[in-house]
Amino acid sequence: MSSLSKLRVRLRVNGEEHEMLVPVEKTLLEVLREDMGLTGTKHGCELGECGACAVLVDGKPVLSCLALPVELEGHEIMTVEGLAAAGRMHPLQEAFADLGAAQCGYCTPGFLLAAKSLLEQSSDPTRDEIKDALAGNLCRCTGYIKIYEAVELAARRMRSGSETAPEQAVLYGR
Amino acid sequence: MMGSFSYVRAGSVKQAVAALAHDGARLHAGGTDLLGCLRDRVFDAGSVVSISGIEELGGIAALSGGSVRIGALATLAEIASHPLIRERYPVLAEAAASAASPQLRNQGTIGGNLCQRPRCWYFRGDFICTRKGGSLCYAFDGENRYHCIFGGDGCYIVHPSDAAPALVALDAQVSIAGPGGSRTIAVEDLHILPKQDIRRETSLEAGEIVTEIVVPPPRAGLRSTYRKVRERGSWDFALVSVAIAAVVAAGKVSAARVVLGGVAPKPWRSIAAEAALIGHAIDESAAMRAAAGAVEGAQPLAQNAYKVPLLRGALEEAVMSLARP
Repeated sequence: MSSLSKLRVRLRVNGEEHEMLVPVEKTLLEVLREDMGLTGTKHGCELGECGACAVLVDGKPVLSCLALPVELEGHEIMTVEGLAAAGRMHPLQEAFADLGAAQCGYCTPGFLLAAKSLLEQSSDPTRDEIKDALAGNLCRCTGYIKIYEAVELAARRMRSGSETAPEQAVLYGR
Repeated sequence: MMGSFSYVRAGSVKQAVAALAHDGARLHAGGTDLLGCLRDRVFDAGSVVSISGIEELGGIAALSGGSVRIGALATLAEIASHPLIRERYPVLAEAAASAASPQLRNQGTIGGNLCQRPRCWYFRGDFICTRKGGSLCYAFDGENRYHCIFGGDGCYIVHPSDAAPALVALDAQVSIAGPGGSRTIAVEDLHILPKQDIRRETSLEAGEIVTEIVVPPPRAGLRSTYRKVRERGSWDFALVSVAIAAVVAAGKVSAARVVLGGVAPKPWRSIAAEAALIGHAIDESAAMRAAAGAVEGAQPLAQNAYKVPLLRGALEEAVMSLARP
């Protein structure tokens, strides 16, 4: 047992080990942004209502504003900065960009990560499954439809392994 | 930013109980309610005692004899998706799946869900209300549309848990460890009313922690369901909710528990609704009588009288959903 106000914490973030001394009351969100410079993860409500601070822990979305870093030692943390691989955006990021599913963009990192977790469990989710998986993320710009369509497009592209163009109806309306 | 505290990672239940004996010690399981309360200064912590690393407190497993043991650290997501729970206890799987958001269900534990603090906006805000040692319940004459219609007395919170009514409906037991050893009580007896102690929501004594929940084997003919009504289509706390577990034999209800959420400071068992079901087939007239029984004695506040018809409707729907196995 330990009882210290500053703790040495070892975190694995986006595949890299980080070791640092942090005040124990700093949340994972604060440590990611302030100590590690990973500002893709956003401060939102800090009450667990908006999902702007969502990150993946062992592949599942959690709220970094309600997590202590020390609790996550030994776990795999992924932030939005970890989504792109080998200089290429993740298919979800590409689909969000192609379809205008990000407007102001503040909620986008949380949505991308929640959607990534969904697509890892289900390669062809229904619209209702997408709604459920994204229910913990608030967006005040898009009205959500573009976001659902982007997740569907990314899923389609990931299944086919190619860059399927978005349907005209999705781009321009029916 | 939260205020500073020291951090204790307990390696065992015994260590956790010992660490909780210190003044200002607060328990951390999933952390979702604790960290929110600390940030909003609902209360402070001298130390945070984390039990999240205690392996024996996790897991969901069948016990010999047909019961299911749910460790206090099992998350709501684990409960909602567990095949045993989904197959045997739909009311619990549905309740867990309806709680909070996907992210919070991945973090929040069943122990923490049972022991979470109320969501009353005065309690969560800068008001020294009766529950925080003050002399006034600000909700009583204030903004009380989300408050209770049963069991209020000097404080008018509702208990926010979805899982708790489901566990009471299933007659689950909860094990508690503390300085004086371990004890097991019915989940029904875990939560208390303001008139019993206005400062806390559970019968846990200082230094006690929930360690596990045991749900008894499903009886032949058990049907169960959870019906939750929210103010919006997306996730939210219940305006009202209904957990029902009924045993149907030869076309008639032989045993039933009806437990209401969102309407009282604790999961509110409706004996009148149960009596209206027992001995009868599940049909519209039984549903209507149960619903009428459930709202007997309701004492709405100025802004929450809508909960009475809402509860009636939710209860009728929940009963009727059990008409077929």
